[in-house]
Parts: sequence; structure tokens; C-alpha cells
Amino acid sequence: MFANRTINILIPIISVLLGLLSGAVIMLVFGYNPLKGYAALWTGAFGDAYFLGETLRQVTPYILSGLAVAFALRTGLLNIGVEGQVFVGWVASVWVGVAFELPMILHLPLAVLAAALAGAFWGFIPGILKAKLGVHEVIVTIMMNYIALYLSNEIVRNVITDGKDRTDSIAPTASLASEWLAGMTFYSRLHWGLLIALFMALVMWFLLNKTTRGFELRSVGFNQHASNYAGMSVGKNIVLAMVISGAFAGLAGAMEGLGTFGYMSVKSGFTNIGFDGIAVALLGANTALGVVLAAFLFGTLKIGALNMPTVAGVPTELVEIVIALIIIFVASSYMIRWIILRFKKEGK
Amino acid sequence: MEFIDILARIIPPAIFFASPLIFTALGGVFSERSGIINIGLEGLMVMGAFVGIVFNLTFHEVLGDATPWVSILVAMIVSAIFALVHAVASITFRADQVVSGVAINFLALGIGLFLTKQWYDKGQTDMVDRPFYTIDIPVLNKIPILGDLFFSGWYLTSYLAIILAFAAWFVIYKTPFGLRLRSVGEHPMAADTNGINVYAMRYVAVMISGALGGLGGSVYALTIALNFSHATIVGQGFMSLAAVIFGKWHPLGALGAAIFFGLAQSLSIVGSSLPLLEDVPQIFLLIAPYVLTILALAGFIGRAEAPKSLGEAYVKGNR
Repeated sequence: MFANRTINILIPIISVLLGLLSGAVIMLVFGYNPLKGYAALWTGAFGDAYFLGETLRQVTPYILSGLAVAFALRTGLLNIGVEGQVFVGWVASVWVGVAFELPMILHLPLAVLAAALAGAFWGFIPGILKAKLGVHEVIVTIMMNYIALYLSNEIVRNVITDGKDRTDSIAPTASLASEWLAGMTFYSRLHWGLLIALFMALVMWFLLNKTTRGFELRSVGFNQHASNYAGMSVGKNIVLAMVISGAFAGLAGAMEGLGTFGYMSVKSGFTNIGFDGIAVALLGANTALGVVLAAFLFGTLKIGALNMPTVAGVPTELVEIVIALIIIFVASSYMIRWIILRFKKEGK
Repeated sequence: MEFIDILARIIPPAIFFASPLIFTALGGVFSERSGIINIGLEGLMVMGAFVGIVFNLTFHEVLGDATPWVSILVAMIVSAIFALVHAVASITFRADQVVSGVAINFLALGIGLFLTKQWYDKGQTDMVDRPFYTIDIPVLNKIPILGDLFFSGWYLTSYLAIILAFAAWFVIYKTPFGLRLRSVGEHPMAADTNGINVYAMRYVAVMISGALGGLGGSVYALTIALNFSHATIVGQGFMSLAAVIFGKWHPLGALGAAIFFGLAQSLSIVGSSLPLLEDVPQIFLLIAPYVLTILALAGFIGRAEAPKSLGEAYVKGNR
């Protein structure tokens, strides 16, 4: 017998397998050896300490952007604006990083906090519009993404610097980078942010599952009318969910600003950390643990893919196709569920 | 500088930027009117741009002057077929329409870049040899004032975009097909009861949006970008979606909104050389379309009412 719970775990696993299988078919069609391709991907992600370090480095912002999308989804809100919230978080953290001279014990937390607050504010706007005026959060957050992109560029160019295309590097007192971690991994850009990301996953789990507030947030996600009838303030919970979601996203920006790069540059387009976060959250079934695992998978795919062109001749972009297909399969879980149940019936 | 001169410097580029948005936004109107959210417009444009460029590069020697026109036609067909992915996922498999749309965006870019690497062995294609060129309409461009503004230095595709907007209005509001399309988006069960095939209507609508999104993308590629890379379509699809909503899900509204966005974009480029606007920092013009869309949604510029069943999968027999 398949319990509902088992099916819920099976769906992401089947989706990933179907996605990878489709990737293999595409490689075959274009005359590549899929085994060689995936072997290159595996070596590229875990082949030596450097690759492992880079993979974990990539996983870090994915965990946070995944948590951001997942947290909002648990309250029934689709936050496509994670991308923009990552940008404002990134800018805010770098700004604090270059503008102040403080001892590390104050500077680093301040920079991280600035990122979270900036992201939270960017999430607050669509939240309050949804709560007070019933404006659909999807469209507002998409628009907020572009505003964040152009505004960040403007701030980098004309506020933090004097017409330059990238800021100075942040003060070492605000940096998450660690010589110890880098040294252990042949000087990859692995940094302490991974611990923050994992801790935040724990925070999300605790908040949603162990507190009254979390119960309310989930309840609003399940049924707004029932929640309202039970005396919960739907609007307040919507705003809160978007603010916390935005804060997670802002932290993801801080990972890039304070950890990986240590600066912010003018960007012509999005980094895709936020958009990939949607995939991470969906695959992770919007749970904290699921998000961590899914982030790990996508980080592996993204970094491993960089090794595919040189070793197996397969273009890196194959992985983008695989990820897109995984999302489609997870989203079409109705189909997978239907097939599983079909099998179950016939098996009886 | 004279007023007419200023207009002559603003209007042609505004229309130039607006045309791809108009096509794509019209596609969005069709899809959303049938009740299917189409965040995937961006991806459909990417697909259109990719196909348009590749076809143009491959066949320009055979087809000669007709190349760009055949290219956009092929782009329309391929994008319409590509849109089927969104249709199957969100209509038949009841996937969350927003999520499926997001996946379309990823998928289009992934396929486009993968094949570009595969076929051209680099991150972007070559520049096309036969893009669209601006033309002066004979006779009409001799009309004083109007001739300068509307009949010289435009692309033929821009006229096509405007004509198509009126055609879309006619189809959606004046034909039985349009009535069915709208009814399926407002109240699919009532439509079903009246013998309209809800699924078929929605499939058709999503494919039309694919075709128009592909048209928009290929026109953008063959008038503005001239090659295909990861940076060819960056946000034009989302801006078209904004135009759909800003235009209140009405073809002519979308037309107006797209022209307005084109105007904002044109101002952000030529604005620095114009009196009055030279002191406005570029950033305000850049973010204006997005801020205005949010304001429009919030009801500050008249309430925008979405089709009633937008975003809901239709499940036969459910109440």
C-alpha cells in the first residue's frame, strides 16, 4: 500500500529521475555519451576537495532562496520576487560591509542583518498590498524584481561608488570568507555562510512546526476563510510570511555579497538564485529538510555541469534543461500521482 | 528645440521598442482571457527570438529579401508548438500555472542556449545578415508633421503590431470564438454546460499566445538584438505580462500599455538629450513601467479586474 506520505516523497524522487533521464535522452540524441556526461558532472561536483567546496558554496544561497520561496508557499503565497529580494540583500550587505569600520563581532552581524532587513522590506511591499488591497503577489513581486535590479545598479554606480561598475571589496571584518575552509578545499570560495543557511533551515522548521505563529501561518495557507473564522488575522499573517520570506532571500544575497564575492557589481540581468529557489522549494515539497536536500541537488547539478564541456563535450546548458524538466514534472505531480495510483490498483 | 522635433525623436523609437511588447502582450491577453496565467511569455519570446535568428542565419541565402518574414512565421509556429508544454502541464495535468510558466522560461532559455552552443560552438549566434529595416511609406510620408511622425523611419512590423491589436480586439469581442474564449476564462463550468469544450478552448488560447509570443520574440531579435544569446530577451516577456495587466486584459489596453512602456524605454535612452527630461535621472525612467504597473494593480489608476477563473485548473464535474 502507498500511503499519501510515501507518494509525497516519491514524487520529487521520480521527478528528478525523469529529469535526469530526459537529460540522458537529449545527450543521446545529440550524439554524446550520457554516462560519460553524468560521470563528468559527478566529478565536477565531488571530484576533489576544490569542487566539493565550490558545490557547497553554490548550495548555500540555494538553501536560503529555497527557504524563502517555501516559507511563503506554506502560507499560500508564491513569492517570485526572491530574485529581487536577493539583490537588495546583496547590495545592503555590501553597503554595510564597505561603509563602516567596526570590530568583526559587530560588523559581520550588522551586515548580515542589513541584508535580511532589506530583503524583508522588499517582501513587505507585496505583502501589504496583498493583505490590504488584495493585489496578486505574483505580478507585484515580478515588478519588484526589476525595480530591485535597476535600483541596485544605480546604488552601486552612483551611491556606493563614484560611477564605477563595481564596489570596493568589503572590509575583512564583514566577510564570511574563511581561510580555514578555503585552505581545506584547495582555495575554493566556500565560506561560513553555509552554517547560517543550515541554521535558517532549522529556524524555519521550528517556526512553522513548533510555534503558535507558525500554526497560524500554515493555517492561512490551507484555508484563509477558516483561519479568519477561527479568529486569526489573515492579513497580518500574509504580511508576516512575505516579510520572513524576504528576509531569507535577503540573507541569500548576503551569502553572495559577504561570502562568495565580497563585492557587488552592476548587473545586466538576474543571477537566477531567486528563480532557482522556486525549483528548490518545489522539489523540496516546501519543507525545511526537503529544501536543504533539493538545494544540494541543484548546487551539485550547477557546479558539476561546469565540468561537462571540457570532459564530455556536453554544453553546460543541458543542466538548465534538466532543471526545467524537473520543475515541470514536480508541478505536474497530478500525472505522477495518477500513474502511481494506477500501478497500485493493478498490483492488487 | 521645437515640439514637433521632440516628438519626432521620441515617437519612432517608442514604437520601435513597443512593437515586440505589443505582439507578446496580445498573446498574453488570449491566454489569460481563457483563464490560463502565462508567466511563460518570457520563455515564449526567448524561443521566438532563438528560432527567428537561427532560421534567418540558415536560410538567408535561399530566401533573400523574404528571409525576415519567413523567419518570424517559422518562429510563430515553433513557439506555438512549444507553448503546448505549458498547455499540457497546466490544462491536462493541472499543474500550478505559475510554476509551469516559470518552468517554460527555464526550458526555453536552456534549449536555446544548449542548441546555440551545439550549432555555433559559442555562447551567442552570429549577427543576422537580413534583419528588418526601417522604411518610409511612399506618399504618406510627405504629409506635413504626421508624415514625419508616423510614416517615416518605422518598421513594417510596427504597423503589423498595431493592426494586430485591433484584429485581436475584433476577434475577442466581436466573434463567437471570442465570446467562448472569454466565457471559458470567466466561468468554465457554465461554458461547459453550454457545450463549449473548455479544454480545447484553453489549448487553442495558449497556442495563440505561444505564436504571438514567438512573433514578439523574433521581431525583437530581428529589429533590436540581431543575434541570440543569454542576454537577448531579458525581461521583455515579463514587461509584456505587465502590459496585459496594466491594459486590464483588453487587447487595446495592452496596446496602449505596451506603447507607454516603449515610450518610457525610449525616454530613458533619448531623454538625456531632451529639454525638461535631461534633469530626470535615468533610473526613474527605467523603473517607471514597473512602478506604474504596481500602482495600477493597487487600484490607484483604476481597478484592474482579472478574468474570474484565472489560474484555476478546470476539473470536469467539480463544483
